[in-house]
Amino acid sequence: MNHIKIKNNEAIKLAEIPVINYSEFLNFNTALLSKEENHCVQYFGFRKNNLLRLICCMADDNQGIINISSSEISIDNNESYPSFSNIHLAFHCFEREIHENFGLNYTDHPWLKPLRFSFDRFNKNSTITNYPFRQIESEELHEVGVGPIHAGIIEPGHFRFICSGEQILHLEIQLGYQHRGIEKLMISKKKLIERNMLAESIAGDTVIGHSIAYANLWESLCDFKPSEDIQFARTIALEWERIANHTGDLSALCNDIAYQLGGSVFGRLRTPIINTFQMWCGNRLGKSAISPGVNNIPFTNTTAATFSKVMYAFQLDFMEMYDKMSSLPSILARLEKTGIVSKEQSTEIGMVGMSARASNNSRDIRKSHPHDLYHLFNHKPIIKRHGDVYSRTQIRKEEILQSLDYIRNFMDEIPSATEKNMDLNPPAPNMFSLSLVEGWRGEICHCAITDEKGELMLYKIKDPSLHNWLALTLAVRNNEISDFPVCNKSFNLSYCGHDL
Amino acid sequence: MRVLGLILIIITSFFFTGIVFRTKSIFSGRKGRSIFQPMNDIWRLMRKGSVYSQTSSFIFRIAPSIYFASVIIAIMLIPFGGQKGIFSFNCDFVFFAYILAVGKFFNIVGALDTGSSFEGMGASREALYSLLAEPAFFILMGSFALLTGYTSFSDIFISIHFGSYISYAIVALAAYILIIIAMVENSRMPVDDPKTHLELTMVHEVMILDNSGFDLGLIFYATNLKFAMYGAILANLFLTPGKEWFLSIPIFVVVQILFAIIVGIIESFIARFRMNHNSQFIFALTSISLIIFLTVLLMVGKFL
Repeated sequence: MNHIKIKNNEAIKLAEIPVINYSEFLNFNTALLSKEENHCVQYFGFRKNNLLRLICCMADDNQGIINISSSEISIDNNESYPSFSNIHLAFHCFEREIHENFGLNYTDHPWLKPLRFSFDRFNKNSTITNYPFRQIESEELHEVGVGPIHAGIIEPGHFRFICSGEQILHLEIQLGYQHRGIEKLMISKKKLIERNMLAESIAGDTVIGHSIAYANLWESLCDFKPSEDIQFARTIALEWERIANHTGDLSALCNDIAYQLGGSVFGRLRTPIINTFQMWCGNRLGKSAISPGVNNIPFTNTTAATFSKVMYAFQLDFMEMYDKMSSLPSILARLEKTGIVSKEQSTEIGMVGMSARASNNSRDIRKSHPHDLYHLFNHKPIIKRHGDVYSRTQIRKEEILQSLDYIRNFMDEIPSATEKNMDLNPPAPNMFSLSLVEGWRGEICHCAITDEKGELMLYKIKDPSLHNWLALTLAVRNNEISDFPVCNKSFNLSYCGHDL
Repeated sequence: MRVLGLILIIITSFFFTGIVFRTKSIFSGRKGRSIFQPMNDIWRLMRKGSVYSQTSSFIFRIAPSIYFASVIIAIMLIPFGGQKGIFSFNCDFVFFAYILAVGKFFNIVGALDTGSSFEGMGASREALYSLLAEPAFFILMGSFALLTGYTSFSDIFISIHFGSYISYAIVALAAYILIIIAMVENSRMPVDDPKTHLELTMVHEVMILDNSGFDLGLIFYATNLKFAMYGAILANLFLTPGKEWFLSIPIFVVVQILFAIIVGIIESFIARFRMNHNSQFIFALTSISLIIFLTVLLMVGKFL
């Protein structure tokens, strides 16, 4: 056996993961990726004595399992290894991270550039100011640099365009400005509440998604089975966050094409959703709502009544606005056939989540690796075929309606709160666990390893943005440079989720 | 009395963009700011000093003033009611178009002078759109000159007769062309989005990214003046000629306010065009002005 199969949120002994030699490791994982149902959810390395231990987690969407395999290699004598990315580009971000952190050299990596400039990176000479951008030698082409200071209110990132007149030929995105060292802080901060707050601040717009991933992961390490009311609250909160963010994105999309009515109406519609969050858990973004082992936000009949009322009013206005917007020719002219990502591209670069589904690529953790209460309903991922900005707009609307339906059906049977919260045991020693959550943007993966005393030894976080930033650079190719903002907004990727 | 037109245009410029903003606010469900707020902002900017980048030369410094001066000179050519403009001579509409072009030229070289990649992009877009709008304006004015036999603004518009249905049709088409030219020249929707914060999608705004303080105030105020100027052309050319001043002043004011509200409504309910559709859209104005030209040829009997 060269690998071990686990389920989502299943903890295993670290020693149970077989260690195989690097070439077998490479062949096994790249062979898995040639099947469409498999994709890489996490691939990382850590130092073990004088060796580098690599662990690769490949999810199988059909069977709902994750194939874990590992290898140990020596890197201290400047050895080079063949790369996974040369065979499947989807590995590129993971291998760039390993190269950046440990100095692992690859013989044939196609795009070995710094990823996020972590503080303890191997090569301290590689800094954000000397990032190796792709250069052009041409009289006809010109370069446009945008950022890192954003023109509006969002986060920093540098975009370097190579244009021929108004047409974009190539875009390179350099991130890393938001690096805070969250993975290291997760280990050095010992209190549960500190870690909870760290998980909530991985990406400010995916508070619920990341804190559920963290809570589920921690509970699996502690061998704690969350009661039904805990899972119920988590599921509702996750769908509610999806509705809030999708609505906000629709508003931002309208603003970017200068459609004022849509911008203000969708913006207005997001407010009652996040205000309901405030009423339910005390924070409009859902901070401190989810923690391991307890239900901070019991869902009662009164809460359900408020939710029904908000959802009823929301859906009426939302549909009216959306119908108006989707029937305006000037809007369709901007959205249709803009920023296309084909299905082949999306599979090749390992896209996940909503934007992958807009490119006819069914990646949905809620269906393939259900967590919390998602196994109760037969979730059907919404798929769009064209992969353009309009598909990503439509998918948002349809997912909002789907989430509203789910919450409505869900509220028919509200589990009663458990009398007494069970205490969390300390995590078991030498364990490995992995948690997948379908946040509003896509698949979130948290992964943890404990040492022999049961302390956290490694905490790996993967936000869906890590894969999907490359999709943006492909989407804008051959588009007009003035369509870049609306393409960017249609993905709405997280800078800090990528930079950690 | 020749200064009456100039005075009215300056007064209108104080509240024109304010009305546009207010209309947009009301249609998006907000209360909106005072209609004099844009003017307050300009006054605030005027009292500030300017910051110049070390890489820019004297061209960047003189460009805003020349741009402003060109707009003022153009306004002086506009007739009001039965009055001629402050200047009036044969073929003054050619002078009108090219004095505005001089202002625009300096705006463009000023933007190029900063060396920023954004501003060059904006400058190229602005130059392209002005270039495409120019034939429409000249075919329109040429047709009017042919119809009336005069070649100056005031003579042309004093002697245009509204007698037949066909002349109403011509005037309606001409009004449409002038409104769209005004939108293009002032960088409003659907060609340019003046509200965006995204440099990559801007046309006019991106050219003035480096301007600050007094210079920026001048540019903003010149834009307001230009808007009021096009409103004045619409009002003076078609509605007020020959009327008594106590009729023409209210007509002027009402037309200006309606024009501002129409601009606000257009901007509230549609999305901006895709950049490559803009050229097509602007060039379509030329075809419309050709229709006017052919109709005029029919009317004067030179078309066999």
